[in-house]
Amino acid sequence: MPDTKQSNTPIWKPSCSLEAIKTRAEVYALVRDFFYKRQVLEVETPLLSRSTATDPYLESIPASVCISQGLAACQYYLHTSPEFPMKRLLASGSGAIYTICKTFRNAETGCRHNPEFTMLEWYRPDFDMSQLMIEVNALLKEVLNYPQQALNKLSYREVFLQYLGIDPFLASDAQLICLAEEKAGYSTQSQSESPASRDDYLNVLLSICIEPFLGQSDNGEIEPVFLYGYPPSQASLAKLTQDEFGQEVAERFEVYIKGLEVANGYFELTDAKEQRIRFERDNAQRLALNLPSIPIDENLLSALHKGMPECSGVALGMDRLLMIKLNAKSIEEVISFPVTRA
Amino acid sequence: MANYSTSEFRSGLKVMLDGDPCSIIENELVKPGKGQAFSRVRLRNLATGRVWDRTFKSGESLEGADVMDYDMEYLYTDGEFWHFMMVDGSFEQFAADEKAVGECIKWLKEQDKYVVTLYNGAPLSITPPNFVELEVVETDPGLKGDTAQGGTKPAKFASGASVNVPLFINIGEVLKIDTRTGEYVSRAKS
Repeated sequence: MPDTKQSNTPIWKPSCSLEAIKTRAEVYALVRDFFYKRQVLEVETPLLSRSTATDPYLESIPASVCISQGLAACQYYLHTSPEFPMKRLLASGSGAIYTICKTFRNAETGCRHNPEFTMLEWYRPDFDMSQLMIEVNALLKEVLNYPQQALNKLSYREVFLQYLGIDPFLASDAQLICLAEEKAGYSTQSQSESPASRDDYLNVLLSICIEPFLGQSDNGEIEPVFLYGYPPSQASLAKLTQDEFGQEVAERFEVYIKGLEVANGYFELTDAKEQRIRFERDNAQRLALNLPSIPIDENLLSALHKGMPECSGVALGMDRLLMIKLNAKSIEEVISFPVTRA
Repeated sequence: MANYSTSEFRSGLKVMLDGDPCSIIENELVKPGKGQAFSRVRLRNLATGRVWDRTFKSGESLEGADVMDYDMEYLYTDGEFWHFMMVDGSFEQFAADEKAVGECIKWLKEQDKYVVTLYNGAPLSITPPNFVELEVVETDPGLKGDTAQGGTKPAKFASGASVNVPLFINIGEVLKIDTRTGEYVSRAKS
């Protein structure tokens, strides 16, 4: 666990200040007002679900649920994101929706992580990725009060060229391995049971050599960076498209502020067949990594099959947003009772 | 030695890396929203003193290093080795070579206590206490009346260290020195 001054307060007390608790309440009010004015509907989705994310690098927390007394317990999961039920609402004709909810990701604890955290997620039918980025920026500006006017968009290719001098789509595996070792001190140890993939090397380089420098101006002012044009292998639930160089890229963006990843958005995949293929590919990868496979969310696939409107969606980490607003070094400074005090 | 996985990495844990014993300074989880988790680890190479920043895939492990710190009394040097003795009542002695003594050499005073780091049973490094008291053996004569402010002058100690001291200090005085900064703190209280 990171050493922070909060670590010295008695364990029964909150790790964050009263000021942080009040700021959180104010930010929630502001967010709700923002969406009310824009006629985006607040919705609730279940935290417990029979299915969950298939992403091999997300570990859902299982929960044993008895639907009624006397019945055998069923395996449920605490969700890692409200994405699937929200998409089912979209397919049912909800129109633009948002939610502020707790999400759960096992074994993620650190300065920027708590296994239970708060997500703001919203979906905009008929918005493309650029329109959603503008809206994200408008919300961020209202919460963080920064001066910057124009949207600061950088492509995945641009940041790799700028910070590492390589094109992430054209660089050879050997080049990536070499750079990761040289610039990030990354080399897999012999004990490693699974070899690192090309995406692992790209992720290390982005996280260690690029991310820390994204999202602030030269004089230290907040200046969010909207990173877009991810490799298709990192598309997750985003549509694919071609960039101006004819390279296939994912219509996915991430927002970075002061070196923190705060939001991840997609121009959403609406094709049920393609979605099933991606779920199955994830499960195959899980099998290769010796991880349990995840029951595919057939309800989501049915919804996509019936027809979900073309839309863009984004998930924003509220705790990290508060960290930026309060200049906190650790997530413990913005959560009343982090996992070690819960 | 046992193996430690990234989730067990804690500040102070001693592990082997690239053939050298290292002490973990900090370990931070790096987990992109989409993708593999990593551990960003800062370690001190105990053999060279150098600090390394490394990145490990979550779940990887490193072999533990047989490294232990002991309080020992400095006895004497024979020119080639510096001899230390355990203060736990065992009177066991250890001989540290020049490399192990390193920078600490200038703070050594017989009968004072130091932290001796043993690696596989042999001294790897010597750490002085934060403050040592040493006698001035060489400096310009003290200036009477200059007790508070003004400049400094170099002073040499019996141990060989040279430290800037206030102008009023005289040969033969015992001074308290901060070994972390190499700076004069005060006259020793006798």
